[in-house]
Amino acid sequence: MARIDVRKTYKLYIGGAFPRSESGHSYEVTDSKGKFVANAALASRKDVRDAVVAARKAAAGWAGRTAYNRGQILYRIAEVMEDRRPQFEEAVRQSEGVTAAVARGQVDAAVDRLVWYAGWADKLAQVIGNANPVAGPFFNHTAPEPTGVVGVLAPQESSLLGLVSVVAPVVVTGNVAVVVSSYERPLPAVTFSEVLATSDVPGGVVNILTGDAATLGPWLAAHMDVNAIDLGGVAGDTELATSLEVAAADNLKRVRRAPAAEPDWAAEPDLSAMTAFVEAKTVWHPIGI
Amino acid sequence: MAFEYAPAPESRSIVDIKPSYGLFIDGEFVDGRGTSFKTINPATEETLAEVAEASEADVDLAVKAARRAFRGWSRMSGKERAKYLFRIARILQERGRELAVLESIDNGKPIKESRDVDVPIVAAHFFYYAGWADKLDYAGLGPNPQPLGVAGQVIPWNFPLLMLAWKIAPALACGNTVVLKPAETTPLTALLFAEICQQADLPPGVVNIVTGAGSTGQAVVGHPDVDKVAFTGSTDVGKAIARAVAGTDKKVTLELGGKAANIVFDDAPIDQAVEGIVGGIFFNQGHVCCAGSRLLVQESVADEVLSRLKRRMGTLRVGDPLDKNTDIGAINSAEQLARIRELSDIGESEGAERWAPPCDLPSSGFWFPPTIFTGVTQAHRIAREEVFGPVLSVLTFRTPAEAVEKANNTPYGLSAGVWTEKGSRILHMASQLRAGVVWANTFNKFDPASPFGGYKESGYGREGGRQGLAAYLKGADL
Repeated sequence: MARIDVRKTYKLYIGGAFPRSESGHSYEVTDSKGKFVANAALASRKDVRDAVVAARKAAAGWAGRTAYNRGQILYRIAEVMEDRRPQFEEAVRQSEGVTAAVARGQVDAAVDRLVWYAGWADKLAQVIGNANPVAGPFFNHTAPEPTGVVGVLAPQESSLLGLVSVVAPVVVTGNVAVVVSSYERPLPAVTFSEVLATSDVPGGVVNILTGDAATLGPWLAAHMDVNAIDLGGVAGDTELATSLEVAAADNLKRVRRAPAAEPDWAAEPDLSAMTAFVEAKTVWHPIGI
Repeated sequence: MAFEYAPAPESRSIVDIKPSYGLFIDGEFVDGRGTSFKTINPATEETLAEVAEASEADVDLAVKAARRAFRGWSRMSGKERAKYLFRIARILQERGRELAVLESIDNGKPIKESRDVDVPIVAAHFFYYAGWADKLDYAGLGPNPQPLGVAGQVIPWNFPLLMLAWKIAPALACGNTVVLKPAETTPLTALLFAEICQQADLPPGVVNIVTGAGSTGQAVVGHPDVDKVAFTGSTDVGKAIARAVAGTDKKVTLELGGKAANIVFDDAPIDQAVEGIVGGIFFNQGHVCCAGSRLLVQESVADEVLSRLKRRMGTLRVGDPLDKNTDIGAINSAEQLARIRELSDIGESEGAERWAPPCDLPSSGFWFPPTIFTGVTQAHRIAREEVFGPVLSVLTFRTPAEAVEKANNTPYGLSAGVWTEKGSRILHMASQLRAGVVWANTFNKFDPASPFGGYKESGYGREGGRQGLAAYLKGADL
């Protein structure tokens, strides 16, 4: 008799733990052909707030790590992901309805993207920071610092490569993230959170909520303890994106605007996903004897 | 003891203020289609001139002129654009005294500041960005950097000409054209700058100046053919602008309010720190977004710092902005004076102790003596809200961690000061303070090569330095 498989419960990832939604709600996730795959937790407003609290708690510690250490941890995420490639390939194939070969390509690219960003940890400040030759006896320099808690509405279509491409730049620069996954394709994000939990990423640095960006986005955009927001997950929905940008103005969040359509995630990224969420700090240090 | 000084007024004969001014659009002064308003000397309340209030139609004309000029200006080689900016920088230096006197008359700031700080930095700013115009490929802001188009710029009244320079110089260097609205109470130096653009033979439409109040500013920011919005002013207006541009492709930089902590440790050189505290809050009558308006002093030296601070405040000279010995000039407007009075009264009613040195204030004009509040808690409104006047709130702390916590306990994050002899402590504090500019053993220093801008609700984007170019180029962030 065939063995009955043990199925995984897909949960949220908040503060390093895997809770269900406090609302008790879940929703049916289907594959690209509409066949039931699993129930995912349907995150609520309260889950958003809990995730922001967890993120804020982790912010100072993560920003205070050395850039070298953050780079090591990002590289570690890539290692652990590489180790679980078959699982991610299956999840992407199922979610996106692509061939096994295409899914494999997505996973490879996602791992490679993590490696690419890992290397930026201790280089970005050298590339976008500088000494300033002021007309006076001061050593004056400008360097990037993390903005703080960043809300990320992850892409709806690219369930893994897109997700990694927006989360890695946020955390490699020392920010912490509250991520809302793709609504219809959330399972690779949940599996990704299991990788994060076993890659020395401190709890709270990345929090992943499965649910609807249109429902959760407004709470995240209006939250006064969130410093910035990436609206990529509502690409193409101009009306919603505009209302989120208006809400974000309440505490002058840094906003990465939603594009008209999801970009080609396979393309080599530029620095913009990192520079959108850093602050330039300038320090005047006296020179004298 | 206070020394007696004979009056030493700077002559105002160097400036020629016309009875009325139009708008500067497409290289010429034109009559506005709207009404006009008066600009006054805040030290005397005399009317200086009638100035046109640009209507929406006027702003539209200015944007159209800027759009027409953009084609030629953006395609001109950087080398040639640079020469125009160098020309402007030189004329600013040549006419420096005239600009300084006019600035002091229209704004109320002491001549020693307009002459020695504002105008020299204005010229330096054009000089600095002139040199960038043909070197943008080397700025590290991506390959083949491209200008945005027409920049709509709205500036405040506290540093009228300096804020103009911060906005116009990088915009032009990157190949953009501009429509700039100076503040309602301080339009005159911007209009003199327009004359300088004419003297420099700057192509028509590259710089357009539209005077007016809030509605003119809204027309500039909201114009559909403006590609870039740059604003310096209050956080409330900054938020309104962020809402207004939501859903558009307009690139935005906002330089907003502040409530900076000036932190004095027990090992600081006290006399030097006292000078820094005074400069931090009383420079420009405290009309400074990055003013060190919250003094955080370590408990063990609080009494000593305060007594020396009070003694020093007793020697500050408040009065005629054109007098070369004046330290504190006139408050810029009746409205601002009312705001300072209101918040100061609230400070007293909330239980803080108010102190100001004996001070004879002129009978006409808008004046407020240098004032400190002690016994201030973090909950007091004078410790939380931007007063934008010569009013200092004094709080104390025991440990560096407490200083960091208190300093960061504000929605703002523009600047901070640290006073200590210990270099490692300076750099530690600098890394912990959530502010865009940190001054160690100095305060209120500005330089065109040094980026300036805020964290949190003090806005976003940077002005000055290499980073300041990013605000005026496609794609680039910092």
